Amino acid sequence: MSAIVSLSKVSKSYTRGKQEVVVLRDLDLNIEEGDFAALMGPSGSGKTTLLNLIGGLDQPTSGSITVAGQQLEKLSAKALARWRAEKIGFVFQFYNLLPVLTAQRNVELPLLLTKLSAAQRKKNAATALQIVGLEDRAGHKPGELSGGQQQRVAIARALVADPTLLICDEPTGDLDRDTADEILDLLALLNREHGKTIVMVTHDPKAADHARHVLHLDKGQLVEQVHA
Amino acid sequence: MSFLSLIWAGLFRRKTRTVLTLFSIIVAFLLFGLLRSIADAFTVGVDVAGVDRLIVQPKYSIIDPLPISHASQIVHAPGVAMVTHADWFGGFYQERKNFFPKYPVNPREWFAVYPEFRIDPAQLDAFERTRTGTVVPAALAAKYGWHVGDKIPIEADIYPKKDGTRLWEFDLVGTYDTPSGDSSQNGSVFLFNYDYFDEARQFGQGQVGWFVVRVADPSKAAEVARSIDKLFENSPNETRTATEAEFARQFANQIGNIGLMMGGILGAVFFTIILLTGNTMAQTFRERVPELAVLKTLGFSDALVSLLVLGEAVLLCAVGGAIGLGIAALLAPGVAHGIKDILPGFEIVWQTVVLGLAIAVLLGLVVGAVPALTARRLRIVDALRER
Repeated sequence: MSAIVSLSKVSKSYTRGKQEVVVLRDLDLNIEEGDFAALMGPSGSGKTTLLNLIGGLDQPTSGSITVAGQQLEKLSAKALARWRAEKIGFVFQFYNLLPVLTAQRNVELPLLLTKLSAAQRKKNAATALQIVGLEDRAGHKPGELSGGQQQRVAIARALVADPTLLICDEPTGDLDRDTADEILDLLALLNREHGKTIVMVTHDPKAADHARHVLHLDKGQLVEQVHA
Repeated sequence: MSFLSLIWAGLFRRKTRTVLTLFSIIVAFLLFGLLRSIADAFTVGVDVAGVDRLIVQPKYSIIDPLPISHASQIVHAPGVAMVTHADWFGGFYQERKNFFPKYPVNPREWFAVYPEFRIDPAQLDAFERTRTGTVVPAALAAKYGWHVGDKIPIEADIYPKKDGTRLWEFDLVGTYDTPSGDSSQNGSVFLFNYDYFDEARQFGQGQVGWFVVRVADPSKAAEVARSIDKLFENSPNETRTATEAEFARQFANQIGNIGLMMGGILGAVFFTIILLTGNTMAQTFRERVPELAVLKTLGFSDALVSLLVLGEAVLLCAVGGAIGLGIAALLAPGVAHGIKDILPGFEIVWQTVVLGLAIAVLLGLVVGAVPALTARRLRIVDALRER
């Protein structure tokens, strides 16, 4: 299998006041296509920063990032936005659904950026909701859904444009154990049955158990890789 | 779902706030529609006045009188076909609120210079013969329930009679019709005999307010105006000859620059609306920063997110403007009926509606500009961290 995510000598630092804070230091990492990788590590270890870099939400201070065959630091902001729309699906800890839109419309959002007809967009959104088992809640707004259901809608939204890579930032961090397991089972299903490559940040070792591959970060460096 | 429905949905994130803001915009544009139309009504004479008629008025102020003897010189000026005169009588019928213009005129000359006002020849003869006679527009007679033969008392506020009393009594001898659609002041005038007025008034004998000149060739109106004014150059009663349109505008401006007053009121209204709507948009934007970051995460470009934010402001103002102008248009016939004697010619024209809508869109662009620019510059990572 080929690497879908490849980081070479990636560093990321911020300036806070007069002080430079190094978050990632000369990081090398490869994630294979079809993998389900869990990123673990203590708070401040750089997990979310790494996820943001892989998802094209942020730029490295130095080094090179190639995702789905595209070297990200060479893209303009506009091109990077287009690339994200086509290649990446995001799942957040707090779902980040638009409260004024129904589940169906939230899922349809990424498709507004495609050339699909309105009917096709609606159909694809319905299919994505069906995959996550929420076709009967299509007309409900986020406020009318439970946390687990909202996260399923968020996963449907991440899937709907058929991205190459799913990026999940603590997707079960706001859920109870049973619901968290349902969400993790769903992600594992998407990886296993639909061939989606998944990179997931988590603090939860039980969540990491669902992954094929666990990466441990500490102080901005990769300290351990464990294959399931 | 479309981008428009996404913008529309965003507007109703906080329903109460949006509805209240929308309500204030509606009121602002309702005021705009009505006030703008009132300002236009003051210049309605400009649009309906014929160019074949000129008004000769005092050079320095329209409240100064002119000697009636000017008429004999004006009528001999080259290009003048006919001349007559009028004056502003003021006064009211029974109560001050019953106001309509009243001119002392020469009956036959007046109807010759204004052939569009149709009167029965027998009634015109009666008007000429009856010193205390009056003729009024048929609509005015209908409004007050007057019939030929009635005595109509008018309380004067400018011209007392020689005996010091202010009550003038007129005998209604006829009515006249004005062209349909004519809502100018001249179309609603209570006319009475100048001879009776001049003889009975306490002061100002031999004077008139202005002359109305009918020109033989409308294309030479400007030359005729110059030649009339030249007649009275360096005399104690110099004249300024202008079109009826210019006269109507000066008449309206006696109570102030109407356009400026209306502009001032509307300026204050729109300034308040900019602050109010701007505040609403800024609040809405602050609350939605993480949502906008999510849109960017999903692949919406900076420009697109910026346009969505701007679109909300423009849509809010445009919808409010359209509803406000619509209500103004619905109310206009009732308002026009209520003020037709004081301010004939009140109506909401399509130009006012188009201007109102353009202002609404501009308002949206102004109040949405800063949030849109901030949305464009929003960094995803920073905005998501705020969640």
